[in-house]
Amino acid sequence: MGAQTMTYPSIDWLAITPIIILLGGMMINLVIAALTRAWPRAWYAIGTVELAVAALIVEMFLWHDINKDGARIIINNAISIDHFTMFCWIGIAGALALVSLSTAEYLRRESLEGPEVYALYICAALGAMIMTASNDMIVLFLGLETLSIALYVLASSHRRRAESQESGLKYFILGGFASAFFLYGIALIYGSTGTTNISGIGNVLSTEVFIKGDDAMLLAGIALLIVGLAFKVAVVPFHFWTPDVYQGAPTPVTSFMASVGKFAAFAALLRVVATALPSRAEDWRPVIWVLAILSVVVGSVLAVVQTDVKRMLAYSSISHAGFMMIGIESIGHSGDVDGLPATLMYLMIYSVLVIGTFTVVSLVTRTGDNGSDIGSFRGLGKERPALALAMTVFLLAQAGMPLTSGFIAKFGVIKAAATNHSYAIAIIAMVASVIAALLYLRIMISMWLSDEESGDDKREAIKVPFTAGFVVAGSAFFTLLVGVWPGWLIDASQAALQLAK
Amino acid sequence: MSLLASEMHGSLPFPILTALILIPAAGSILTLISSNLRPEITKLIALLTSVFTGALGLWMLASFKTGEASYQFTSQHQWISSWHIGWHVGVDGISLFLVVLTGFLFPLVIVGCDPHHDEKRYLAWILLLEAGVMGSFLSLDLFLFFLFFEIVLVPMYFLIGGWGYDQRIYAATKFFLYTMVGSAFMLVGIVTTALLAKKDLGHISFDLVEIAESANFAASTGRWLFFAFAIAFAVKVPLFPLHTWLPDAHTQAPTGGSVILAGVLLKLGTYGLLRFGVYLFPEAALWSRQIFLTLAVIGIIWGAVAATMQKDLKRLVAYSSVAHLGFIVLGTFAFTAEAMGGGVMQMINHGVSTGALFLLVGMIYERRHTRLISELKGLQKVAPIFAAAFMVVMLSSIGVPGLNGFVGEFLVLIGSFATARWWVVVAATGVILAALYLLWAYQRVFHGEPDEANSTFRELRLREGLVLLPFIGLIIFCGVYPKPMLDRIEPSVKAILVRVEEKTGYVAPEPVVLTTEGEEG
Repeated sequence: MGAQTMTYPSIDWLAITPIIILLGGMMINLVIAALTRAWPRAWYAIGTVELAVAALIVEMFLWHDINKDGARIIINNAISIDHFTMFCWIGIAGALALVSLSTAEYLRRESLEGPEVYALYICAALGAMIMTASNDMIVLFLGLETLSIALYVLASSHRRRAESQESGLKYFILGGFASAFFLYGIALIYGSTGTTNISGIGNVLSTEVFIKGDDAMLLAGIALLIVGLAFKVAVVPFHFWTPDVYQGAPTPVTSFMASVGKFAAFAALLRVVATALPSRAEDWRPVIWVLAILSVVVGSVLAVVQTDVKRMLAYSSISHAGFMMIGIESIGHSGDVDGLPATLMYLMIYSVLVIGTFTVVSLVTRTGDNGSDIGSFRGLGKERPALALAMTVFLLAQAGMPLTSGFIAKFGVIKAAATNHSYAIAIIAMVASVIAALLYLRIMISMWLSDEESGDDKREAIKVPFTAGFVVAGSAFFTLLVGVWPGWLIDASQAALQLAK
Repeated sequence: MSLLASEMHGSLPFPILTALILIPAAGSILTLISSNLRPEITKLIALLTSVFTGALGLWMLASFKTGEASYQFTSQHQWISSWHIGWHVGVDGISLFLVVLTGFLFPLVIVGCDPHHDEKRYLAWILLLEAGVMGSFLSLDLFLFFLFFEIVLVPMYFLIGGWGYDQRIYAATKFFLYTMVGSAFMLVGIVTTALLAKKDLGHISFDLVEIAESANFAASTGRWLFFAFAIAFAVKVPLFPLHTWLPDAHTQAPTGGSVILAGVLLKLGTYGLLRFGVYLFPEAALWSRQIFLTLAVIGIIWGAVAATMQKDLKRLVAYSSVAHLGFIVLGTFAFTAEAMGGGVMQMINHGVSTGALFLLVGMIYERRHTRLISELKGLQKVAPIFAAAFMVVMLSSIGVPGLNGFVGEFLVLIGSFATARWWVVVAATGVILAALYLLWAYQRVFHGEPDEANSTFRELRLREGLVLLPFIGLIIFCGVYPKPMLDRIEPSVKAILVRVEEKTGYVAPEPVVLTTEGEEG
């Protein structure tokens, strides 16, 4: 019985610099917030943006390094550093910067205290980054919880609005269930494969032959895993939290959930199905097929009958999640090279779109965050033509109009589906997207074709502060740029196909 | 696909087709950013842009090599190289006159139709629409074509929704969604076509010329793909029973919107059927011809009967469009050179005469603020020149010999007789019905003694007359001397027919008449 020595894994510090930057920044943010008082709130936003941009720059360098040195797995095979990870990290850091900017004005308008919101954003982004990079189920779970817990708090961060409290609590309870499912799934998969390492699971499953009928535990594990992640990405029938939470949460937080939250959960799902479960594709692919179809159809149909814009966009995000599921379904076909890049590209494009859209919604809902009914948009085209024009670009992109990024995104997943002869799913999704187009048209009608309200109903004028204006303009620019010149994004997402295993 | 960009402008020193698309688009942006304080400058920019585009179109027409079937003035560049999507534009005899017509209609619409409010946005949308329409007619890349085909929806949606009449939002939404459903199928069809072409080409390709030359689709696959394309075009044409969006859209659209919708937008459907249906999937088109012939003939009769019963003058013209477009589809699916050439001819003729009819109906509405036939009476007495102009345009729409409408319809009917006899027999009654509903409408609106409201009906003004003059000139010119047009259309149409014969073993019947002599009545 000698003294046991613990061996520490060697750590590739350089590769996790973005995580360290954000972690350090969050600590400093909290310490400063605790020790000092009454800082101008915008400073925290600027600090967060600077952190995110710093992380972004490091990620660009890391992308370049991976071009040179190749992908690798670090820290005891727990973290993958590959183009896939970097693609997601760049997306998350970009989203963090944009959302922080659009939050600055929101907090001032709503007279809410600043620092902790930004700390929570950074914390959530950290969790998301860990999730997208994890090559181990346990690390994945850690990232998931870090992201989720920060999001629960963020959802209820508007302390004077009952809806915000309600949405936080709902999200927390349902999210807790989902986490439990997910964890149980990990346990069952560990039970049948003997490892929690994602590439390890992939190796075991592709080499070991399960006797028919003897793999019930594994299948149950896979099912629970998919349920847990499907809850996070909000696909039907695990979507019930989405409309309430999206509607109740402060609008910038909603945009954060819809961008970073979706990015992380989808990236995790992608990595799990592409690395751990490819040899069981025949088992999970039909499930994903059903989830994808249900999501595009139910999401689109329910979106159209809403009267609240945030709720509409919540359902439309479910429909978009369904489109991304089409890409994941494609991965389930052997030899597929289109599904993963298409889904990643969709995620990147949708994240920017949804941040732009919700920033406009946030401006239009005005003080109190209550005016998110479709009537608030009436006459926006006359009152704020530039803002209405940007919103039109976002909505047309979400409807999948050519020359916008949304078309490229849809085209990518439809191409992936067609490559694998999944024509049914492609046609159903496209027809469903026509139904969803009706919803975007309704908002556009309200903005451009309905007159302003008059008399008692007159609402306060919409102010467009510089920060929010910057976010809207930047997102609109990205949307049109990718629509006209998508080559670089397609190439980048295709580079992400080589996962570190 | 080679990475080489190629430019073959023929005798022209610059890529004229790219210019035809980009100039209106640039004009649209210019209009949008022009000063709010000087509306006349905004209008001038828009007008100059559209006139310049039209002039470019005429220049292209003048330099077009007659008697060649292949694409001219092509320019090809890589665009999205990872998906093998290129900027590939070109023009042949089929698209030539549609492009010229587009360049001809837009300036006249800008001069002739007053939007009444928000003129700047209206003009920007009109010019963007022109860019989209030009792009659709000129694209030789499936992706590029889809892009323009879809983008056209947006300006048209806003034109109907923003400047239309009472039910405009309903009509605009219906127009948008109907077309989008069709496009949904076409997008899947396009992607699948490009992916299946990989087998024969060695790489995925969206290039129309490449696919048509090298790719061979199995009969059953080709049929599926053909129908995916055909649904989108059938909605756009519109073919019975997918036509219900058209009367609403036409009736509610502002005059300018109606003119463009009837003049060129509907042709996207018939053009698409010919270019991306028959040309790309000859076997499937031949196999399904009876379906299309039947739907076309039903459309002719249905449109005519429905037009007869309309109370609203604009709706009447809209239903007459359904009937006229039926003739084009009939000609396309008759698979003879005359009928197909006549169909292309009819596309232009319908654009001119129905465009002019919508302008005239718009002028009536401007004066009387009603389009109800029952409210109008005796206009011939108070506005004889207006009535005369209306008469000429209406007779052209009916298809009276000597005017342009006759040439197309006659060629379609006589050309189809050999291959689709019984359909022609039924369709010919549509010609008579056209005379019935248009003459009856003319009688009710223009004959008789004007009542009090109609006695102050203003005579045609100079500006209105100048806008109508080119239309009437074309109506008479094309009716009397269609040879220059037919000479340019025929080689391309015959090339399609030869392709059908090669791919399917179908033998087109010998021409029944010498096409350039038979109709100069």
